[in-house]
Amino acid sequence: MTADAQAALSSRAVRVRERIIRMAAGGGCFIGASLSCADLVVFLYASILNVAPRTRASKDRDYLFLSKGHDVPALYGTLAEFGFIDEKRLDHHLAPHDSIYWHPNRAVPGVEFHSGSLGHLPAVALGVAMDIQMSGGSNRVFVILGDGELNEGTVWEAALLAAARHLDNLVFVVDRNGFQANVRTEDLVPLEPIEAKFAAFGWATTRIDGHDFEAMERCFGCLPIERGKPSVIVADTVRGKGLPSIEHRADRWFVAFTNDELTALIDELHGGAETVLASHTRMVR
Amino acid sequence: MTYEGRLAEIAESNADVVVMTAENRAAIRNLPTRLGSRFIDVGIAEQTLVGAAAGFALRGRVPVVHALATFLTMRAFEFIRTDVGVARLPVKLVGAFAGFLSEANGPTHQALEDLSLMRGIPGMNVCCPADEDEMTEALASIVENDAPWYIRYNAQKPAFRHQAAFVPGIAEVVTEGTDVALLTYGCLTRECYDAARRLADAGIATRLVNMRTLKPVDEAAILRAAHETSLIVTVEDHFAIGGLATIVAEVAAANAIGVRLHAIALPGRWFTPALLTDVLECEGFSGEQLARRVAAAFRSTSRITGGVHV
Repeated sequence: MTADAQAALSSRAVRVRERIIRMAAGGGCFIGASLSCADLVVFLYASILNVAPRTRASKDRDYLFLSKGHDVPALYGTLAEFGFIDEKRLDHHLAPHDSIYWHPNRAVPGVEFHSGSLGHLPAVALGVAMDIQMSGGSNRVFVILGDGELNEGTVWEAALLAAARHLDNLVFVVDRNGFQANVRTEDLVPLEPIEAKFAAFGWATTRIDGHDFEAMERCFGCLPIERGKPSVIVADTVRGKGLPSIEHRADRWFVAFTNDELTALIDELHGGAETVLASHTRMVR
Repeated sequence: MTYEGRLAEIAESNADVVVMTAENRAAIRNLPTRLGSRFIDVGIAEQTLVGAAAGFALRGRVPVVHALATFLTMRAFEFIRTDVGVARLPVKLVGAFAGFLSEANGPTHQALEDLSLMRGIPGMNVCCPADEDEMTEALASIVENDAPWYIRYNAQKPAFRHQAAFVPGIAEVVTEGTDVALLTYGCLTRECYDAARRLADAGIATRLVNMRTLKPVDEAAILRAAHETSLIVTVEDHFAIGGLATIVAEVAAANAIGVRLHAIALPGRWFTPALLTDVLECEGFSGEQLARRVAAAFRSTSRITGGVHV
Protein backbone atom coordinates (compact mmCIF):
# COMPACT_ATOMS: atom_id res chain seq x y z
CA MET A 1 0.00 0.00 0.00
CA THR A 2 1.41 3.40 -0.95
CA ALA A 3 1.92 6.07 1.67
CA ASP A 4 -0.60 8.23 -0.18
CA ALA A 5 -3.24 5.52 -0.12
CA GLN A 6 -2.65 4.96 3.55
CA ALA A 7 -2.86 8.69 4.31
CA ALA A 8 -6.11 8.93 2.33
CA LEU A 9 -7.64 6.06 4.32
CA SER A 10 -6.45 7.57 7.58
CA SER A 11 -8.00 10.93 6.87
CA ARG A 12 -11.27 9.26 5.83
CA ALA A 13 -11.22 7.33 9.11
CA VAL A 14 -10.61 10.49 11.12
CA ARG A 15 -13.58 12.16 9.42
CA VAL A 16 -15.76 9.14 10.15
CA ARG A 17 -14.65 9.13 13.80
CA GLU A 18 -15.45 12.81 14.07
CA ARG A 19 -18.99 12.07 12.80
CA ILE A 20 -19.30 9.25 15.33
CA ILE A 21 -18.25 11.53 18.18
CA ARG A 22 -20.79 14.16 17.09
CA MET A 23 -23.51 11.48 17.13
CA ALA A 24 -22.49 10.68 20.70
CA ALA A 25 -23.44 14.20 21.81
CA GLY A 26 -27.06 14.89 22.69
CA GLY A 27 -28.83 11.56 23.06
CA GLY A 28 -25.60 9.64 22.65
CA CYS A 29 -24.67 6.43 20.87
CA PHE A 30 -22.74 3.22 21.36
CA ILE A 31 -19.45 4.97 20.85
CA GLY A 32 -17.00 2.31 22.04
CA ALA A 33 -18.05 -0.34 19.53
CA SER A 34 -18.46 2.21 16.74
CA LEU A 35 -14.93 3.51 17.13
CA SER A 36 -13.45 0.01 17.31
CA CYS A 37 -14.76 -1.04 13.88
CA ALA A 38 -14.55 2.35 12.14
CA ASP A 39 -11.24 1.58 10.38
CA LEU A 40 -12.62 -1.74 9.12
CA VAL A 41 -15.83 -0.21 7.77
CA VAL A 42 -13.95 2.65 6.09
CA PHE A 43 -11.43 0.24 4.54
CA LEU A 44 -14.14 -2.11 3.24
CA TYR A 45 -16.02 0.69 1.48
CA ALA A 46 -12.84 2.32 0.18
CA SER A 47 -11.03 -0.75 -1.10
CA ILE A 48 -13.06 -3.95 -1.10
CA LEU A 49 -16.81 -3.63 -1.49
CA ASN A 50 -18.14 -3.50 -5.01
CA VAL A 51 -20.97 -1.14 -4.14
CA ALA A 52 -21.58 2.56 -4.70
CA PRO A 53 -24.54 4.90 -4.28
CA ARG A 54 -25.64 4.17 -7.85
CA THR A 55 -25.29 0.38 -7.54
CA ARG A 56 -26.61 -0.02 -4.02
CA ALA A 57 -29.68 -1.92 -5.25
CA SER A 58 -27.86 -3.97 -7.88
CA LYS A 59 -28.09 -7.73 -7.53
CA ASP A 60 -24.38 -7.92 -8.33
CA ARG A 61 -23.24 -5.69 -5.48
CA ASP A 62 -21.18 -6.85 -2.54
CA TYR A 63 -23.11 -6.85 0.72
CA LEU A 64 -21.96 -5.61 4.11
CA PHE A 65 -24.15 -6.53 7.08
CA LEU A 66 -23.58 -5.07 10.51
CA SER A 67 -24.65 -7.89 12.75
CA LYS A 68 -24.03 -6.28 16.10
CA GLY A 69 -25.94 -3.25 14.85
CA HIS A 70 -25.12 -0.88 17.68
CA ASP A 71 -21.90 0.01 15.79
CA VAL A 72 -24.05 1.69 13.13
CA PRO A 73 -22.63 5.22 13.70
CA ALA A 74 -19.46 3.88 12.03
CA LEU A 75 -21.58 2.91 9.03
CA TYR A 76 -23.54 6.19 8.95
CA GLY A 77 -20.27 8.11 9.05
CA THR A 78 -18.86 5.96 6.24
CA LEU A 79 -22.02 6.16 4.11
CA ALA A 80 -21.74 9.94 4.36
CA GLU A 81 -18.05 9.68 3.44
CA PHE A 82 -18.81 7.76 0.24
CA GLY A 83 -21.89 9.71 -0.82
CA PHE A 84 -24.64 7.21 0.00
CA ILE A 85 -26.25 9.78 2.27
CA ASP A 86 -25.89 13.51 2.67
CA GLU A 87 -23.54 14.46 5.47
CA LYS A 88 -26.19 16.87 6.79
CA ARG A 89 -28.50 13.95 7.38
CA LEU A 90 -26.31 12.89 10.30
CA ASP A 91 -27.61 15.96 12.14
CA HIS A 92 -30.91 14.05 12.26
CA HIS A 93 -29.37 11.39 14.50
CA LEU A 94 -32.18 10.33 16.89
CA ALA A 95 -34.63 12.79 15.33
CA PRO A 96 -38.09 11.23 15.15
CA HIS A 97 -38.61 12.37 11.55
CA ASP A 98 -35.61 10.40 10.21
CA SER A 99 -34.49 6.77 10.41
CA ILE A 100 -31.04 7.35 11.90
CA TYR A 101 -31.10 5.96 15.41
CA TRP A 102 -29.16 3.61 17.68
CA HIS A 103 -29.58 0.56 15.43
CA PRO A 104 -29.63 0.20 11.63
CA ASN A 105 -32.73 0.70 9.51
CA ARG A 106 -32.59 -0.18 5.84
CA ALA A 107 -34.63 2.90 5.03
CA VAL A 108 -31.21 4.63 5.14
CA PRO A 109 -29.52 4.22 1.71
CA GLY A 110 -26.63 1.79 1.96
CA VAL A 111 -27.92 0.01 5.07
CA GLU A 112 -28.59 -3.56 3.93
CA PHE A 113 -30.74 -4.74 6.83
CA HIS A 114 -31.86 -3.86 10.32
CA SER A 115 -30.05 -5.45 13.23
CA GLY A 116 -29.45 -5.05 16.92
CA SER A 117 -30.76 -8.38 18.15
CA LEU A 118 -27.46 -10.26 18.23
CA GLY A 119 -26.92 -13.44 16.27
CA HIS A 120 -29.46 -12.73 13.51
CA LEU A 121 -27.46 -11.51 10.56
CA PRO A 122 -25.16 -14.54 10.27
CA ALA A 123 -28.35 -16.40 9.24
CA VAL A 124 -29.68 -13.62 7.01
CA ALA A 125 -26.28 -13.20 5.31
CA LEU A 126 -26.15 -16.96 4.85
CA GLY A 127 -29.42 -16.82 2.90
CA VAL A 128 -28.04 -14.03 0.71
CA ALA A 129 -24.77 -15.92 0.16
CA MET A 130 -26.61 -19.14 -0.71
CA ASP A 131 -28.76 -17.29 -3.21
CA ILE A 132 -25.69 -15.73 -4.84
CA GLN A 133 -24.08 -19.17 -5.00
CA MET A 134 -27.24 -20.67 -6.55
CA SER A 135 -27.48 -17.85 -9.08
CA GLY A 136 -23.83 -18.22 -10.07
CA GLY A 137 -22.97 -14.69 -8.96
CA SER A 138 -19.47 -13.62 -8.01
CA ASN A 139 -20.43 -11.00 -5.46
CA ARG A 140 -19.49 -11.42 -1.82
CA VAL A 141 -21.20 -11.06 1.54
CA PHE A 142 -19.40 -9.53 4.51
CA VAL A 143 -20.74 -9.59 8.07
CA ILE A 144 -19.24 -7.56 10.90
CA LEU A 145 -19.90 -9.32 14.20
CA GLY A 146 -19.13 -8.21 17.71
CA ASP A 147 -16.92 -10.51 19.71
CA GLY A 148 -19.46 -10.63 22.53
CA GLU A 149 -22.01 -11.61 19.90
CA LEU A 150 -20.20 -14.93 19.57
CA ASN A 151 -22.03 -15.91 22.79
CA GLU A 152 -25.17 -16.35 20.67
CA GLY A 153 -25.74 -19.94 19.54
CA THR A 154 -27.19 -18.89 16.20
CA VAL A 155 -23.77 -17.59 15.11
CA TRP A 156 -22.56 -21.16 15.33
CA GLU A 157 -25.66 -22.63 13.65
CA ALA A 158 -24.97 -20.38 10.69
CA ALA A 159 -21.24 -21.23 10.83
CA LEU A 160 -22.00 -24.96 10.58
CA LEU A 161 -24.28 -24.48 7.60
CA ALA A 162 -21.99 -22.04 5.77
CA ALA A 163 -19.18 -24.61 5.86
CA ALA A 164 -21.55 -27.40 4.81
CA ARG A 165 -22.57 -25.31 1.81
CA HIS A 166 -18.95 -24.35 0.92
CA LEU A 167 -19.88 -20.67 0.91
CA ASP A 168 -16.55 -19.11 0.07
CA ASN A 169 -18.40 -15.92 -0.89
CA LEU A 170 -19.20 -15.36 2.79
CA VAL A 171 -16.82 -13.48 5.09
CA PHE A 172 -17.30 -12.90 8.81
CA VAL A 173 -15.27 -10.08 10.34
CA VAL A 174 -15.13 -10.31 14.12
CA ASP A 175 -14.56 -6.91 15.71
CA ARG A 176 -12.40 -8.27 18.51
CA ASN A 177 -12.41 -5.28 20.85
CA GLY A 178 -12.37 -7.50 23.92
CA PHE A 179 -15.56 -6.22 25.48
CA GLN A 180 -19.20 -7.05 25.57
CA ALA A 181 -21.67 -4.53 26.91
CA ASN A 182 -20.47 -4.30 30.48
CA VAL A 183 -17.45 -6.55 30.95
CA ARG A 184 -14.41 -7.98 29.19
CA THR A 185 -15.34 -11.04 27.14
CA GLU A 186 -12.60 -13.17 28.66
CA ASP A 187 -13.81 -12.40 32.19
CA LEU A 188 -17.35 -13.62 31.45
CA VAL A 189 -17.48 -16.35 28.81
CA PRO A 190 -13.96 -16.74 27.37
CA LEU A 191 -13.98 -16.84 23.57
CA GLU A 192 -10.38 -17.69 22.76
CA PRO A 193 -9.12 -19.39 20.75
CA ILE A 194 -11.63 -17.87 18.31
CA GLU A 195 -9.84 -18.92 15.13
CA ALA A 196 -9.55 -22.53 16.29
CA LYS A 197 -13.27 -22.61 17.04
CA PHE A 198 -14.17 -21.43 13.53
CA ALA A 199 -11.55 -23.72 12.00
CA ALA A 200 -13.16 -26.66 13.79
CA PHE A 201 -16.46 -25.61 12.18
CA GLY A 202 -14.85 -25.81 8.73
CA TRP A 203 -13.94 -22.15 8.18
CA ALA A 204 -10.70 -20.68 6.85
CA THR A 205 -9.40 -18.21 9.38
CA THR A 206 -6.95 -15.39 9.80
CA ARG A 207 -6.23 -12.72 12.37
CA ILE A 208 -5.20 -9.13 11.79
CA ASP A 209 -4.75 -5.82 13.54
CA GLY A 210 -8.10 -4.15 12.85
CA HIS A 211 -6.55 -0.70 12.77
CA ASP A 212 -3.73 -1.50 10.32
CA PHE A 213 -4.80 -0.69 6.75
CA GLU A 214 -1.83 -2.51 5.21
CA ALA A 215 -2.71 -5.67 7.10
CA MET A 216 -6.31 -5.28 5.96
CA GLU A 217 -5.24 -4.94 2.35
CA ARG A 218 -3.11 -8.07 2.51
CA CYS A 219 -5.94 -10.02 4.10
CA PHE A 220 -9.09 -8.72 2.36
CA GLY A 221 -7.26 -8.49 -0.96
CA CYS A 222 -6.86 -12.29 -1.15
CA LEU A 223 -10.30 -13.65 -0.33
CA PRO A 224 -11.45 -16.31 0.03
CA ILE A 225 -8.71 -17.42 2.35
CA GLU A 226 -9.32 -20.92 1.07
CA ARG A 227 -11.39 -21.93 -1.95
CA GLY A 228 -14.56 -23.79 -0.94
CA LYS A 229 -14.59 -22.49 2.62
CA PRO A 230 -16.20 -19.47 4.25
CA SER A 231 -13.66 -17.01 5.70
CA VAL A 232 -13.48 -15.49 9.14
CA ILE A 233 -11.19 -12.57 9.86
CA VAL A 234 -10.65 -11.92 13.53
CA ALA A 235 -9.71 -8.25 13.71
CA ASP A 236 -8.07 -7.22 16.96
CA THR A 237 -9.33 -3.75 17.76
CA VAL A 238 -9.47 -1.24 20.56
CA ARG A 239 -12.80 -0.26 22.01
CA GLY A 240 -13.09 3.50 21.71
CA LYS A 241 -10.13 3.65 19.29
CA GLY A 242 -9.00 7.19 18.56
CA LEU A 243 -10.00 8.70 21.89
CA PRO A 244 -7.54 7.78 24.66
CA SER A 245 -10.04 9.00 27.26
CA ILE A 246 -12.45 6.28 26.15
CA GLU A 247 -10.17 3.48 24.92
CA HIS A 248 -10.45 0.15 26.70
CA ARG A 249 -12.99 1.49 29.18
CA ALA A 250 -15.86 -0.77 30.19
CA ASP A 251 -17.85 2.22 31.45
CA ARG A 252 -17.64 4.12 28.15
CA TRP A 253 -19.71 1.77 26.03
CA PHE A 254 -22.66 4.01 25.51
CA VAL A 255 -22.06 7.68 26.22
CA ALA A 256 -24.00 10.90 25.73
CA PHE A 257 -21.58 13.83 25.77
CA THR A 258 -22.18 17.41 26.76
CA ASN A 259 -21.32 20.10 24.20
CA ASP A 260 -18.16 21.07 26.12
CA GLU A 261 -17.01 17.47 26.13
CA LEU A 262 -17.76 17.22 22.42
CA THR A 263 -15.43 20.12 21.63
CA ALA A 264 -12.70 18.65 23.82
CA LEU A 265 -13.10 15.16 22.31
CA ILE A 266 -12.86 16.43 18.73
CA ASP A 267 -9.66 18.17 19.79
CA GLU A 268 -8.48 14.95 21.42
CA LEU A 269 -9.20 13.02 18.21
CA HIS A 270 -6.94 15.40 16.32
CA GLY A 271 -4.09 14.91 18.81
CA GLY A 272 -5.06 17.27 21.59
CA ALA A 273 -4.99 16.54 25.30
CA GLU A 274 -7.04 13.78 26.87
CA THR A 275 -10.54 14.93 27.78
CA VAL A 276 -11.70 14.87 31.38
CA LEU A 277 -15.10 13.27 31.03
CA ALA A 278 -17.91 13.71 33.51
CA SER A 279 -20.35 11.73 31.32
CA HIS A 280 -20.44 8.05 31.96
CA THR A 281 -22.14 5.23 30.23
CA ARG A 282 -25.90 5.35 30.17
CA MET A 283 -27.32 2.10 31.36
CA VAL A 284 -29.01 1.03 28.17
CA ARG A 285 -28.12 -2.57 28.71
CA MET B 1 -53.74 -32.98 -5.68
CA THR B 2 -51.30 -33.26 -2.80
CA TYR B 3 -49.67 -30.27 -1.14
CA GLU B 4 -46.31 -31.45 -2.38
CA GLY B 5 -47.50 -31.79 -5.97
CA ARG B 6 -49.07 -28.35 -5.94
CA LEU B 7 -45.98 -26.75 -4.40
CA ALA B 8 -43.78 -28.37 -7.05
CA GLU B 9 -46.05 -27.01 -9.80
CA ILE B 10 -45.95 -23.52 -8.32
CA ALA B 11 -42.15 -23.64 -7.96
CA GLU B 12 -41.75 -24.98 -11.48
CA SER B 13 -43.77 -22.10 -12.88
CA ASN B 14 -42.12 -19.44 -10.70
CA ALA B 15 -38.31 -19.52 -10.63
CA ASP B 16 -38.22 -17.21 -7.61
CA VAL B 17 -39.76 -19.82 -5.31
CA VAL B 18 -37.37 -21.71 -3.05
CA VAL B 19 -38.51 -24.50 -0.74
CA MET B 20 -36.76 -24.62 2.61
CA THR B 21 -36.88 -26.91 5.61
CA ALA B 22 -35.20 -27.64 8.92
CA GLU B 23 -34.93 -31.31 8.07
CA ASN B 24 -38.70 -31.85 8.18
CA ARG B 25 -39.25 -33.59 4.89
CA ALA B 26 -42.42 -35.63 5.49
CA ALA B 27 -44.60 -33.35 3.38
CA ILE B 28 -42.01 -32.53 0.72
CA ARG B 29 -40.06 -35.73 0.27
CA ASN B 30 -39.97 -35.63 -3.53
CA LEU B 31 -39.06 -31.99 -3.93
CA PRO B 32 -35.25 -32.36 -3.80
CA THR B 33 -35.50 -34.30 -7.04
CA ARG B 34 -37.98 -31.96 -8.68
CA LEU B 35 -36.46 -28.64 -7.57
CA GLY B 36 -32.74 -29.36 -7.34
CA SER B 37 -30.82 -26.51 -5.73
CA ARG B 38 -34.07 -24.65 -5.01
CA PHE B 39 -34.77 -27.21 -2.29
CA ILE B 40 -32.75 -26.09 0.72
CA ASP B 41 -32.49 -28.16 3.88
CA VAL B 42 -30.55 -26.28 6.57
CA GLY B 43 -30.57 -29.11 9.08
CA ILE B 44 -32.17 -28.96 12.50
CA ALA B 45 -31.77 -25.22 12.99
CA GLU B 46 -35.08 -23.36 12.89
CA GLN B 47 -33.65 -19.93 13.71
CA THR B 48 -31.12 -20.18 10.91
CA LEU B 49 -33.89 -21.49 8.65
CA VAL B 50 -35.97 -18.37 9.18
CA GLY B 51 -33.01 -15.95 9.08
CA ALA B 52 -31.73 -17.51 5.86
CA ALA B 53 -35.25 -17.35 4.40
CA ALA B 54 -35.21 -13.60 5.12
CA GLY B 55 -31.87 -13.42 3.27
CA PHE B 56 -33.32 -15.24 0.26
CA ALA B 57 -36.30 -12.87 0.31
CA LEU B 58 -33.92 -9.88 0.31
CA ARG B 59 -32.58 -11.26 -2.96
CA GLY B 60 -36.06 -11.37 -4.47
CA ARG B 61 -36.90 -14.99 -3.72
CA VAL B 62 -40.14 -16.28 -2.25
CA PRO B 63 -39.17 -18.87 0.35
CA VAL B 64 -41.75 -21.48 1.39
CA VAL B 65 -40.42 -22.66 4.71
CA HIS B 66 -41.28 -25.93 6.45
CA ALA B 67 -40.75 -26.98 10.04
CA LEU B 68 -42.74 -28.33 12.94
CA ALA B 69 -45.19 -25.66 14.06
CA THR B 70 -43.89 -25.47 17.63
CA PHE B 71 -40.23 -25.16 16.70
CA LEU B 72 -40.92 -22.83 13.79
CA THR B 73 -43.17 -20.38 15.59
CA MET B 74 -41.68 -20.62 19.07
CA ARG B 75 -37.97 -21.44 18.89
CA ALA B 76 -37.58 -19.15 15.89
CA PHE B 77 -40.20 -16.63 17.03
CA GLU B 78 -37.86 -13.68 17.34
CA PHE B 79 -36.35 -14.39 13.91
CA ILE B 80 -39.85 -14.42 12.43
CA ARG B 81 -40.81 -11.25 14.26
CA THR B 82 -37.58 -9.36 13.61
CA ASP B 83 -36.17 -10.58 10.29
CA VAL B 84 -39.38 -11.45 8.46
CA GLY B 85 -41.92 -9.33 10.33
CA VAL B 86 -40.15 -5.99 10.74
CA ALA B 87 -39.04 -6.09 7.09
CA ARG B 88 -42.42 -7.53 5.95
CA LEU B 89 -40.60 -9.95 3.67
CA PRO B 90 -42.68 -12.40 1.62
CA VAL B 91 -41.60 -15.49 3.54
CA LYS B 92 -44.23 -18.25 3.72
CA LEU B 93 -43.98 -20.24 6.96
CA VAL B 94 -45.59 -23.66 6.93
CA GLY B 95 -45.99 -25.19 10.39
CA ALA B 96 -46.58 -28.92 10.52
CA PHE B 97 -48.38 -30.93 13.21
CA ALA B 98 -50.04 -27.90 14.77
CA GLY B 99 -52.83 -28.23 17.32
CA PHE B 100 -54.33 -31.71 17.65
CA LEU B 101 -52.35 -32.89 14.59
CA SER B 102 -49.32 -33.45 16.80
CA GLU B 103 -51.28 -36.46 18.05
CA ALA B 104 -49.14 -38.60 20.41
CA ASN B 105 -46.00 -36.42 20.44
CA GLY B 106 -46.73 -34.79 23.78
CA PRO B 107 -46.46 -31.21 25.05
CA THR B 108 -43.05 -30.47 23.46
CA HIS B 109 -44.75 -30.72 20.06
CA GLN B 110 -48.16 -29.24 20.87
CA ALA B 111 -48.51 -25.91 19.06
CA LEU B 112 -51.51 -24.43 20.87
CA GLU B 113 -50.33 -20.82 20.94
CA ASP B 114 -48.86 -20.57 17.43
CA LEU B 115 -51.79 -18.61 16.04
CA SER B 116 -51.77 -16.17 18.92
CA LEU B 117 -48.04 -15.59 18.40
CA MET B 118 -48.18 -15.27 14.62
CA ARG B 119 -51.20 -13.01 14.41
CA GLY B 120 -49.57 -10.69 16.93
CA ILE B 121 -46.82 -9.83 14.45
CA PRO B 122 -47.60 -6.70 12.41
CA GLY B 123 -48.00 -7.53 8.73
CA MET B 124 -48.09 -11.30 9.28
CA ASN B 125 -51.03 -13.20 7.80
CA VAL B 126 -52.40 -16.47 9.12
CA CYS B 127 -54.09 -19.26 7.17
CA CYS B 128 -55.58 -22.40 8.73
CA PRO B 129 -56.80 -24.61 5.91
CA ALA B 130 -59.60 -27.06 6.68
CA ASP B 131 -58.03 -29.86 4.66
CA GLU B 132 -55.64 -30.69 1.86
CA ASP B 133 -57.96 -29.37 -0.88
CA GLU B 134 -58.19 -26.00 0.77
CA MET B 135 -54.48 -25.90 1.54
CA THR B 136 -53.45 -26.67 -2.04
CA GLU B 137 -55.94 -24.15 -3.37
CA ALA B 138 -54.75 -21.46 -0.97
CA LEU B 139 -51.08 -22.08 -1.67
CA ALA B 140 -50.88 -20.34 -5.05
CA SER B 141 -52.56 -17.18 -3.84
CA ILE B 142 -50.40 -17.12 -0.69
CA VAL B 143 -47.19 -17.53 -2.69
CA GLU B 144 -48.26 -14.74 -5.06
CA ASN B 145 -49.16 -12.44 -2.16
CA ASP B 146 -46.25 -10.16 -1.28
CA ALA B 147 -46.76 -10.35 2.50
CA PRO B 148 -45.43 -12.85 5.06
CA TRP B 149 -47.76 -15.74 5.87
CA TYR B 150 -48.05 -18.47 8.45
CA ILE B 151 -49.91 -21.59 7.32
CA ARG B 152 -51.01 -24.37 9.65
CA TYR B 153 -50.22 -27.36 7.48
CA ASN B 154 -53.21 -29.72 7.28
CA ALA B 155 -53.22 -32.56 4.76
CA GLN B 156 -56.40 -34.23 6.02
CA LYS B 157 -58.81 -35.50 3.40
CA PRO B 158 -61.77 -33.16 3.00
CA ALA B 159 -65.09 -33.92 4.72
CA PHE B 160 -66.98 -31.95 2.08
CA ARG B 161 -66.41 -30.14 -1.20
CA HIS B 162 -65.48 -26.49 -0.94
CA GLN B 163 -67.74 -24.35 -3.12
CA ALA B 164 -66.20 -20.88 -2.85
CA ALA B 165 -62.73 -20.07 -4.13
CA PHE B 166 -60.06 -19.23 -1.53
CA VAL B 167 -59.76 -15.51 -0.91
CA PRO B 168 -57.70 -14.25 2.06
CA GLY B 169 -60.00 -12.70 4.63
CA ILE B 170 -63.16 -14.35 3.29
CA ALA B 171 -64.68 -17.15 5.33
CA GLU B 172 -66.56 -20.07 3.81
CA VAL B 173 -70.13 -20.53 4.99
CA VAL B 174 -70.56 -24.30 4.76
CA THR B 175 -74.10 -24.64 6.09
CA GLU B 176 -76.72 -21.97 6.78
CA GLY B 177 -78.66 -21.57 10.01
CA THR B 178 -79.90 -18.95 12.45
CA ASP B 179 -79.84 -20.72 15.81
CA VAL B 180 -76.13 -21.27 16.28
CA ALA B 181 -73.09 -20.09 14.34
CA LEU B 182 -70.24 -22.56 14.62
CA LEU B 183 -66.98 -20.77 13.79
CA THR B 184 -63.91 -22.93 13.29
CA TYR B 185 -60.76 -23.52 11.24
CA GLY B 186 -58.24 -26.18 10.39
CA CYS B 187 -58.55 -29.85 11.25
CA LEU B 188 -61.63 -29.36 13.44
CA THR B 189 -63.68 -28.20 10.47
CA ARG B 190 -64.35 -31.87 9.73
CA GLU B 191 -65.65 -32.52 13.27
CA CYS B 192 -67.71 -29.34 13.20
CA TYR B 193 -69.23 -30.41 9.88
CA ASP B 194 -70.33 -33.64 11.54
CA ALA B 195 -71.58 -31.73 14.60
CA ALA B 196 -73.54 -29.26 12.44
CA ARG B 197 -75.43 -32.11 10.77
CA ARG B 198 -76.23 -33.70 14.11
CA LEU B 199 -77.42 -30.35 15.46
CA ALA B 200 -79.61 -29.77 12.41
CA ASP B 201 -81.11 -33.23 12.85
CA ALA B 202 -81.91 -32.24 16.43
CA GLY B 203 -83.65 -29.10 15.29
CA ILE B 204 -80.89 -26.59 15.94
CA ALA B 205 -80.28 -24.72 12.71
CA THR B 206 -76.51 -24.39 12.58
CA ARG B 207 -74.43 -22.08 10.44
CA LEU B 208 -71.01 -23.62 9.98
CA VAL B 209 -68.36 -21.05 9.14
CA ASN B 210 -64.91 -22.21 8.08
CA MET B 211 -62.77 -19.15 8.78
CA ARG B 212 -59.91 -20.14 6.41
CA THR B 213 -57.72 -17.19 7.41
CA LEU B 214 -57.54 -15.77 10.94
CA LYS B 215 -55.56 -12.78 9.69
CA PRO B 216 -56.92 -11.08 7.76
CA VAL B 217 -60.13 -12.19 9.44
CA ASP B 218 -63.57 -12.03 7.87
CA GLU B 219 -65.03 -9.45 10.20
CA ALA B 220 -68.25 -9.22 8.19
CA ALA B 221 -68.86 -12.96 8.59
CA ILE B 222 -68.42 -12.63 12.35
CA LEU B 223 -70.77 -9.63 12.53
CA ARG B 224 -73.38 -11.42 10.41
CA ALA B 225 -73.15 -14.41 12.73
CA ALA B 226 -73.60 -12.09 15.70
CA HIS B 227 -76.64 -10.39 14.21
CA GLU B 228 -78.34 -13.33 12.55
CA THR B 229 -77.89 -16.18 15.06
CA SER B 230 -78.61 -16.60 18.77
CA LEU B 231 -75.21 -17.92 19.76
CA ILE B 232 -71.67 -17.97 18.37
CA VAL B 233 -69.62 -21.02 19.27
CA THR B 234 -65.93 -20.99 18.39
CA VAL B 235 -64.23 -24.37 18.10
CA GLU B 236 -60.44 -24.52 17.91
CA ASP B 237 -57.43 -26.67 18.74
CA HIS B 238 -55.61 -23.74 20.31
CA PHE B 239 -55.42 -22.26 23.77
CA ALA B 240 -58.46 -20.20 24.70
CA ILE B 241 -56.19 -17.14 24.83
CA GLY B 242 -55.33 -15.41 21.58
CA GLY B 243 -57.13 -17.59 19.04
CA LEU B 244 -60.52 -17.40 17.33
CA ALA B 245 -62.56 -16.81 20.51
CA THR B 246 -60.35 -13.81 21.25
CA ILE B 247 -60.70 -12.60 17.67
CA VAL B 248 -64.52 -12.73 17.89
CA ALA B 249 -64.38 -10.78 21.16
CA GLU B 250 -62.05 -8.21 19.58
CA VAL B 251 -64.35 -7.78 16.57
CA ALA B 252 -67.39 -7.41 18.85
CA ALA B 253 -65.64 -4.85 21.01
CA ALA B 254 -64.35 -2.89 18.01
CA ASN B 255 -67.88 -2.73 16.62
CA ALA B 256 -69.48 -1.99 19.99
CA ILE B 257 -71.88 -4.91 19.85
CA GLY B 258 -72.75 -7.55 22.41
CA VAL B 259 -72.22 -11.15 21.35
CA ARG B 260 -73.27 -14.39 23.00
CA LEU B 261 -70.06 -16.34 22.67
CA HIS B 262 -69.30 -19.86 23.82
CA ALA B 263 -65.63 -20.73 23.34
CA ILE B 264 -64.61 -24.35 22.88
CA ALA B 265 -60.81 -24.40 23.01
CA LEU B 266 -57.99 -25.91 25.01
CA PRO B 267 -58.06 -24.60 28.54
CA GLY B 268 -54.69 -23.72 30.04
CA ARG B 269 -53.23 -27.20 29.85
CA TRP B 270 -51.71 -29.58 27.30
CA PHE B 271 -53.94 -32.18 25.69
CA THR B 272 -53.67 -35.90 26.27
CA PRO B 273 -51.16 -37.32 23.77
CA ALA B 274 -52.73 -40.07 21.63
CA LEU B 275 -53.73 -40.82 18.05
CA LEU B 276 -55.98 -38.15 16.58
CA THR B 277 -59.30 -39.99 16.94
CA ASP B 278 -58.52 -40.71 20.58
CA VAL B 279 -57.34 -37.15 21.23
CA LEU B 280 -60.61 -35.80 19.85
CA GLU B 281 -62.55 -38.24 22.02
CA CYS B 282 -60.49 -37.57 25.17
CA GLU B 283 -60.74 -33.82 24.84
CA GLY B 284 -64.40 -33.70 23.82
CA PHE B 285 -63.83 -32.55 20.24
CA SER B 286 -65.37 -35.43 18.25
CA GLY B 287 -68.33 -34.44 16.08
CA GLU B 288 -70.74 -36.15 18.42
CA GLN B 289 -69.28 -34.56 21.55
CA LEU B 290 -69.14 -31.15 19.93
CA ALA B 291 -72.81 -31.47 18.97
CA ARG B 292 -73.69 -32.22 22.59
CA ARG B 293 -71.57 -29.34 23.93
CA VAL B 294 -73.01 -26.89 21.42
CA ALA B 295 -76.57 -28.03 22.08
CA ALA B 296 -76.07 -27.58 25.82
CA ALA B 297 -74.67 -24.09 25.31
CA PHE B 298 -77.55 -23.25 22.97
CA ARG B 299 -80.13 -24.52 25.45
CA SER B 300 -78.75 -22.46 28.29
CA THR B 301 -78.65 -19.43 26.00
CA SER B 302 -82.14 -19.72 24.60
CA ARG B 303 -83.65 -21.33 27.68
CA ILE B 304 -85.10 -24.07 25.54
CA THR B 305 -85.77 -26.86 27.92
CA GLY B 306 -87.24 -29.50 25.70
CA GLY B 307 -87.50 -30.66 22.14
CA VAL B 308 -83.77 -30.81 21.47
CA HIS B 309 -82.20 -34.24 21.71
CA VAL B 310 -78.74 -34.75 20.33
